Amino acid sequence: MTDTPAVECRELAYAFGTLRAVDGISFDVRAGEVFGLLGPNGAGKTTTIRILTTLIDPAEGTAEIFGLDTTHHRMQVRQMLGYVPQQLSIDGQLTGYENVWMFTRLFDVPRRERRTRAEDALASMGLADAAGRLAATYSGGMIRRLELAQALVNRPRLLILDEPTIGLDPVARRSVWERVEQLRGETGMTVLLTTHYMEEADALCDRVALMHRGRIRAMGAPAALKDALGPGATLEDVFASVTDDHDIDEGSLRDVRVARRTAGRVG
Amino acid sequence: MSVLPAAPPAAWAERPSVAVRARRLWTRVATMSLAELRKIRHDRTELYVRAIQPALWLLIFGVTFSRIHAVPTPNGIPYLDYLSPGIMAQSALFIAIFYGIQIIWERDFGILTKLLATPTPRAALVTGKSFAAGVRATSQMVVVLILSAIMGVSFDWNPLHLLAAAAAVVIASAFFSSLSMFIAGLVLTRERLMGIGQAITMPLFFASNALYPVALMPAAIRWLAYVNPLSYEVAALRTLLIGLPSNLLVDFAALIGSAIVAIAAASSLLGRLAR
Repeated sequence: MTDTPAVECRELAYAFGTLRAVDGISFDVRAGEVFGLLGPNGAGKTTTIRILTTLIDPAEGTAEIFGLDTTHHRMQVRQMLGYVPQQLSIDGQLTGYENVWMFTRLFDVPRRERRTRAEDALASMGLADAAGRLAATYSGGMIRRLELAQALVNRPRLLILDEPTIGLDPVARRSVWERVEQLRGETGMTVLLTTHYMEEADALCDRVALMHRGRIRAMGAPAALKDALGPGATLEDVFASVTDDHDIDEGSLRDVRVARRTAGRVG
Repeated sequence: MSVLPAAPPAAWAERPSVAVRARRLWTRVATMSLAELRKIRHDRTELYVRAIQPALWLLIFGVTFSRIHAVPTPNGIPYLDYLSPGIMAQSALFIAIFYGIQIIWERDFGILTKLLATPTPRAALVTGKSFAAGVRATSQMVVVLILSAIMGVSFDWNPLHLLAAAAAVVIASAFFSSLSMFIAGLVLTRERLMGIGQAITMPLFFASNALYPVALMPAAIRWLAYVNPLSYEVAALRTLLIGLPSNLLVDFAALIGSAIVAIAAASSLLGRLAR
């Protein structure tokens, strides 16, 4: 464990035209914790993730991963990341093994270790038996686990999961939660996840930041946030208390498309 | 379990040497080309379906134009022999020019953002994808080669010539697929890219030497054939496969040069797809 935060954001901002998707947020993720960015569609979670994964540069502020700036040390930052995007992003024309094998090469895993790393990652996600099947034949939960296996091949220090259970049925959702818990228990890996499911954040996260309209409205351990509101309070209640409930967007066309496309691929 | 978090390998220096960069580029190109080969192996349907159009060009257009002697060929070689390399290049062009649709599809399904979050420079990603298109196009070239041979076209079966011909197809496909990815970065949607692809494919094909010698074209539009990389691909294929003389050095230099420019252009716009 190290004292350097896994993630350190200071006054981070990004705008699409006149819309400030991320509006001056600051937060730290401590090494070894599971941290959740919570909020409805359009809160700015995915834009924040895109900055942290070096896909876009912040318009203002800074973001550091284990002390390395995401704008100036792109390749080194990427080498430390495992990333599972919101959509179901496997290649259905390749087998489970081939999907993972591809990432061992893209992360420059030494040739002699590639097979072992891919097989270990698949086994740790319970996919050893299905590794030789085309990924197009996988169920939604299996696809998510395959994506987690892909994200593990470079032994990341920070695992970033963007809406890991969107579009999944309750059983598949539960199996993804179990794998994240397992990873955390076995490796102590830092996990940053975004979700708009409050119960998911409650079940998985050590600390959460509640985002709304590009800003962080509250941050802390789920239990502490709920206790502060009063006995019997839920994270939904906490969220409603820090935002105007009727003020919550119902999601853009793009958000709806992403969710439906993901659900469509799951079948 | 061996997925323990680790520090980045020492090799990930702030400014990697040229040799390290070249090795990484090669790894990406090889990875994406191998993945493409495996996809073809898993599902050969596309290969068979895509063979229909070149077969029709050879069977209907080629046979008819051979009979009416409408096109004066150099050294009086049979028109079908002259046409066959042109159809090879055309079928490779048709695969590559719509490759940008795959990039948009990969963007929509999150595959592109995941690839861009790996330690892969954008130029290496585009190069890898463009050579993967080349691999698919080469499989198409093999199909047309076999079809043509069955129809009686007499090829030079020298293995070195065949390898060089495959290289010409791969490099030309790298140009056309990068052009397609560049357009994808501009228009951002499959529908628009499809429209533009359809609009430019036939002009690219007809404004080249694929069907007839450039000398037959009106002087005013002949320059189109000279700036069209498809012409250099066809010229190289004719030299290597049926022995028609051409300057291979110029042909390959034109193909490599245009591929580098297209890859650089597509790389500069790739970020637009990730936003």
